Amino acid sequence: MKTHWQILVVDDEEVMRESLAAWLREDGYAVDTAASGREAVEKSRGRDYAIYFVDLKMPGGMDGIETMMQIRQIRPEASIIIITAYATVDTAIAAMKEGAQEYIVKPCNPEEISLLVSRIIKVKNLQRENTILRKKLTRQYSIQDVFSKNQRMHQILSLAGEVASLRSTVLIQGESGTGKELIARAIHNSGDRAQKPFVPVSCAALAETLLESELFGHEKGSFTGASTQRRGKFELADGGTLFLDEIGDISPKVQVDLLRVLQERSFYRVGGSEEVRVDVRVIAATNVNLPQAVAEGKFREDLFYRLNVIEIQIPPLRERREDIPLLAGHFLDRLSHELGRAVGEITEGAFRLLMDYNWPGNVRELENAIERAIVTCRGASLSEEDFGFLAQNSPAQKAWAPPANMTLQDMEKQLITATLQRTGGNIKESATVLGIDRSTLYEKIKRYEIQR
Amino acid sequence: MKYLYVGSMGDVDREAAAAIGERLEREFGAPVRGMELPDAEFAYNAARKQCGSIPVLELLIRSCPEDALKLIALTERDLFIPVLTFVYGHAQLGGRSAVVSLARLRQEFYGLPPNQEVFLHRAVKEALHETGHTFGLVHCPTTACAMSLATNIRQIDSKQTAFCAACEAHWRRRSRE
Repeated sequence: MKTHWQILVVDDEEVMRESLAAWLREDGYAVDTAASGREAVEKSRGRDYAIYFVDLKMPGGMDGIETMMQIRQIRPEASIIIITAYATVDTAIAAMKEGAQEYIVKPCNPEEISLLVSRIIKVKNLQRENTILRKKLTRQYSIQDVFSKNQRMHQILSLAGEVASLRSTVLIQGESGTGKELIARAIHNSGDRAQKPFVPVSCAALAETLLESELFGHEKGSFTGASTQRRGKFELADGGTLFLDEIGDISPKVQVDLLRVLQERSFYRVGGSEEVRVDVRVIAATNVNLPQAVAEGKFREDLFYRLNVIEIQIPPLRERREDIPLLAGHFLDRLSHELGRAVGEITEGAFRLLMDYNWPGNVRELENAIERAIVTCRGASLSEEDFGFLAQNSPAQKAWAPPANMTLQDMEKQLITATLQRTGGNIKESATVLGIDRSTLYEKIKRYEIQR
Repeated sequence: MKYLYVGSMGDVDREAAAAIGERLEREFGAPVRGMELPDAEFAYNAARKQCGSIPVLELLIRSCPEDALKLIALTERDLFIPVLTFVYGHAQLGGRSAVVSLARLRQEFYGLPPNQEVFLHRAVKEALHETGHTFGLVHCPTTACAMSLATNIRQIDSKQTAFCAACEAHWRRRSRE
């Protein structure tokens, strides 16, 4: 995967600079050039080059060593190769002492440069693979790992950062595949509990009795099959965070038990009589509309308020389409590397298709789509044809049937209420979405007595 | 109708020019025309006792005929770019012109007895390689492919006089664009 690695060639002599750049481009690298040390330092601020070829002697008060030192302050991981026409032991020692990875004398043998670059890239590939694997292994996601250009997502990430070190319960709501667990892990990893366990539990995956035992543990002999004492997830998460995914699916009995733990911070193991005290921060997530479940009597109101201390509502991908190119590029970069496929870009036509698709499965579906396209792609870029399966997956547009006995005013009130909820009460954004100006929206909110 | 021009910069091995013309015509499916070009002597650098490939390429870009699909020039001169001790050839990546140096492709250059067959094979591989660059192809990781990087004569000898399937598909796609 050469195209992912960028190289900067720094030389004041145009012919030197451009000829080396052209030679490296033939080798498949993305190469930029800089005509001075200052230009190189500026460029290094904006882009993370893997390798810098820096000429030792450059005019303008900033030679190769000074350029290298400044670049290393900005990019400590960068590999810098000093090039010179005048090899002396002193300059070689000075360059290496200041952190140059290599020192080459021009003109040099093409084999030498080729081997040098491929050796550095090999190490960089290994380092990158290592970072990806380590992250996967520990799932050490931080807030910086959540990519978004969307204003609402920025507000969510900012809130996640602010509440990371608090003990308050967080309720994350969002459709399936929007990244609820990623946000929960980011909150955990950004706070004081980062060094303590993050314990995820999928509540929907377990039957009522099993979930009870899973959460609170059990004593030996408490039920058939309980041959030993077992600690539950609450105990395992002591000092850290318990992530209760799909909380909307838990039974009334578990709702009561959970409410008790959240209130008293203590519980009894199943079949036990000894009270267990824990210090656990609970983050819950659901794709169910909990206020509606409360209204329908399916979810306890008191538990809802206990969980909903800090509320995070993750918008679906179709409501933050500006993130699609960013996420698609990120997945392409990571997955093409993991799958060992030299697919370097997504064509404009394919991007248009991705932008137009509705993404019912959200970010997870986008990730899967990119992976499938990479696997089946025959060229070096993902084209519209590689995403042909999206059209097949797209459900046919259903005819819309309005609810019976609904007036136009009722409809307008409901639409405004839903839009305000979705935008977190943001008047400007809601007015834009609804296609009316702000003063009209204020007037309608007042007329329909809508709570914001 | 577009032609593939095989240019001779001064006196070049006629057999090599003919073999290259034949192979390029077969590979790229465009009729080949010969072309006489000035000797690369104008780009001679006395300090390095070689000719600069950059001024040579600049000349080719200026001389490229309107009806040329590509202009692949051959020279007997040893070529260099300033940062490297030598180059076997130089191409405009994704452009129309390229030059191939025959100087280091002969056995005699390495103190061995002449072998015209080996020389011709090497010349054809290098011409395919530089023409591939003009179609936007970059170096290929498959060592047997004509587009693999060769920085010494052994690497040229281990290539085949053909593109691998991926490189062939790539130049065909690029030629349609």
